[in-house]
Amino acid sequence: MKLCRACARELAGVRCVCGGEQMLAHAELAALAIAHLDCDAFYASIEKRDDPSLEPYPVIVGGGRRGVVSTCCYLARTYGVRSAMPMFKALKLCPHAKVIRGDMRKYVEEGRLIRAMMEALTPQVEPLSIDEAFMDLSGTEALHGASPAQSLIKLQNAIWEARRLTVSIGLSFNKFLAKTASDLDKPRGFSVIGRGEALAFLETRPVATLPGVGPAGATALERNGLRRIGDIRAAGPQRMRALYGDWGAHLFALSMADDPRRVDPHGERKSISAETTFFEDVRELEALEDILWPLCEKVAARCRASDTAGLTLTLKLKDARFKTVTRRRQLPEPTLLAARIFAHARELLAAEADGRVKYRLIGVGLSDFSDAAGADKGDMLDAETPKRAAAEAAIAKARSKFGRGAVQTGRALKTEREE
Amino acid sequence: MRLTIERSALLKALNHVQSVVERRNTIPILSNVLMSAQGDTLRLTATDLDIEISEGAPADVARAGQTTAPANYLYDFVRKLPDGASVKFDVAPDDPRLLISAGKSRLHLPVLPAGDFPSMPSDGFETKFEIEPTALARLVDKTRFAISTEETRYYLNGIFFHTVDNNGAKLRAVATDGHRLALAEHDAPKGAQGMPGVIVPRKTINELKRLLDDAADMVEIAVSPQKIRFALGDAVLTSKLIDGSFPEYARVIPKNNTKRLKVDNKAFSEAVDRVATVSAERSRSVRLALEGDKVTLTVNNPDAGVATEDLPADYSADAMEIGFNARYLLDVAGQIEGEEALFELADSGSPTLVRDEADEQALYVLMPLRV
Repeated sequence: MKLCRACARELAGVRCVCGGEQMLAHAELAALAIAHLDCDAFYASIEKRDDPSLEPYPVIVGGGRRGVVSTCCYLARTYGVRSAMPMFKALKLCPHAKVIRGDMRKYVEEGRLIRAMMEALTPQVEPLSIDEAFMDLSGTEALHGASPAQSLIKLQNAIWEARRLTVSIGLSFNKFLAKTASDLDKPRGFSVIGRGEALAFLETRPVATLPGVGPAGATALERNGLRRIGDIRAAGPQRMRALYGDWGAHLFALSMADDPRRVDPHGERKSISAETTFFEDVRELEALEDILWPLCEKVAARCRASDTAGLTLTLKLKDARFKTVTRRRQLPEPTLLAARIFAHARELLAAEADGRVKYRLIGVGLSDFSDAAGADKGDMLDAETPKRAAAEAAIAKARSKFGRGAVQTGRALKTEREE
Repeated sequence: MRLTIERSALLKALNHVQSVVERRNTIPILSNVLMSAQGDTLRLTATDLDIEISEGAPADVARAGQTTAPANYLYDFVRKLPDGASVKFDVAPDDPRLLISAGKSRLHLPVLPAGDFPSMPSDGFETKFEIEPTALARLVDKTRFAISTEETRYYLNGIFFHTVDNNGAKLRAVATDGHRLALAEHDAPKGAQGMPGVIVPRKTINELKRLLDDAADMVEIAVSPQKIRFALGDAVLTSKLIDGSFPEYARVIPKNNTKRLKVDNKAFSEAVDRVATVSAERSRSVRLALEGDKVTLTVNNPDAGVATEDLPADYSADAMEIGFNARYLLDVAGQIEGEEALFELADSGSPTLVRDEADEQALYVLMPLRV
C-alpha cells in the first residue's frame, strides 16, 4: 500500500493528484494501529517559531550557565549537542549557540493543544511526557473513513498547519516498536515497522535500543557478550532468565518483538519530583537545605494539584564529578506536605552531605501514590501533622487566589532572593 | 587452644549467640564468634557492635586460649553433627586455622585474631535487680507486637522500660507505633525503683526472648544510661539502648471512655479473622457496629467482597460504629489471657482502650480507622 504524505490519499503511481511527491509505502500499512508521536526538538522548535531571528542559529533551551540542555534544535545537534548534556559541554561544542532559559508554561500549553488534536482521533492516547504520546488507533477506520496510517498522516500535517511545529510518527503493532520507529526518521518522519520485518530489523540493533536498557544495563549485558538484540535472541529465554531474572526474560520477549503493554490513557504517574542544578557547586549542609526547601514546596504543590499523596520519598544528589546517589525512605503515611517532605529529605541529606563532597544538583521526589484524602492524618503521638496539613491547605488556597507570592516562608525567601 | 566439648552443650550456646551475627558484614571479624577456653569453660561471644551475647559451656580444656571463627559455618557444622558427639577444638600455635573434629568429621576454618574482636565495655551499670524469667517474658510478650518499625521516629523502635508508682512501685513496659499502644507492668523488683527509663531496641528484645525461652533461674538485669545487660544462667546479653526520649505516652491512654463492651475473646478474634479474609491489603479495616447485646463485624471491600458476622456481646451504651485494623485487633486479642476482652470506647474517632479481664496489669490502646 502507498499513501501520499501530503493528502493521505492511496495512490498507484509515483505522484499524487494533489501534487505531493512524498509517499509512505509499506505492505502492512493497512494493518498497523499502534503509533508513537514525538514532537521534534519541541522546546527549541517553539522558540524558533516564535522568534524568526533565531532561525539561522543553533538554539539550546536549558537552564542557566550551570544547567543542562533540555532541548536543542537540529542545527545544534549537528555540532554534537544533545539533550541532558551539561551546558558548559554543549557550549564548548557549539560556542555560538543561542541559549534560551525556556518558558515551561508556553511549552505545557503547546503540548496540551497538540494532545487535544491527538485525542480528536482516538481516546486511546497515553502521554509519556509533554511532547510525546502513544496512540492506539484500532477501530477508528469507520469513524474517520480512513486507515490509522491515513489518519496519522493527516494529523501530522494538521499539527504543522495549526501550530507550525513538526512531529515524527512511528507506526507498528506494539508500543516498543512504535517508539523505536518514531526515532528512525526525524524530523517530520513517518516510519513503519511491520510484523514481516520486525525480527530482522531488531537483529543488528544495539541492546540500548530496548526500553529499560540504559548505559548501566548495556554494560551488564555486554559483560555476557550481549551487544545486539540478536545476541539476546540467540541466548534464549532460559539463559536470559538465568542471567538476569525477570528483567532478562522481559528483554528476551522484547527481542522477539513481543511487547504486551497496552496503550493506557490513564497510565498513572509513578513519581512527582523536582530538582535543580546549582550555579556553583555546594558542599555545606545548610546551603543545601536552603535549596532543598523550595523543591519540597514544588513537589507538594504538584501533589496538591493532582490530589495525590506519596508514601515513598527519594532524595537525589549529584556530586561535582557527576556521580549520582539516590536515597529512599518509606514514610509512616502518605503525605503531600512540603514541611514533611522537607523534614524527611533533610534527614536523608544530612546523612550524605558531610561538608566534604561538593554537589552540583539536588532533587527530591515522592512516589507510591494514593488519594490525598487519606494523607497526613497523623496518629496518637503526632498531633502536629493534621495542624500542618490545615496550614498548608490554607497557604495553597491563598496562593491560588493571590499568586505564589501571597504567602512565603522565611526559608523560601532566603533562597529566592539569591536567585 | 585445645579442648573437648559435648555437642549438645556447644550447640545450645552457639545457637544462643550466633543469631546476633548479621548476615552481611563490612567488618569481617563481626561474622565470627569469639571462643575463649579457660578453666573448665568454653565461652562463646558474638556481637553486631550494638548487641553482644556471650555464653559459657562446660568443656574439657587441655590448653587454654582464644580465637575467632566464622559463626555461620561453625554453627551449621555443629548442628549437623550426630547427637551425643564429642567435639574437639584445636588451634595449633603455628596454624592459622581452627580444626573442629568429631568422630570421622573434620572441619578446618580460617580464624581471625581474638585480640581484634570488639568487646563491649561493661561498666557504669548503676541499677541492678533480679526478676523471674516468666515475669520478664510476660512484659516482653504483651508489648513487643506494638513496637514501631518506622525509622523516622527511631525512639519508638523498642520497648520502654521504666518504674512508676501505681498502687505500689511497678516496673512498666510500654511500646507504641502511634496507631496502637501496649502497656504491661509488674511489681517492681527490689533495686529497680528509680532506674532510668530505657528504650530497649527491637533486635535486643527478640534475642532476649530467645534466651528467656530456655531460662529457668532468676534474670539479673543491670542498667546504665547507655546500656542494659541481662544475665540468664550461663548467658549474658549486653545491648546499647536507643538514645532518645520516649514520648509522653500517658496522654494517649483514654481516661474517660464510658462506653463499655465485653466480648468473648476467643469468639471475637476468630470472627475478626474470618471477616478479615476479604479486607483490603493496605488498610485491613474491620467495622464494628455495637448495638444492644451484639456486635456486628463487617468488612466491605469493593475489590473483594463483603463479609459480616454477628457476635453476642455485653453492651448497653448508645449504638455506635467504629473501625479498626484487623491485624491490630488480632494482635491484642492474642495477648489477652482471660475469657473476656473489655473494650472502653468514646466515639468512632477516638482511641479505644482494651483490657484483659484476667490481667489488670496490662492494657492496650487502639486508634480507630475511618470507615
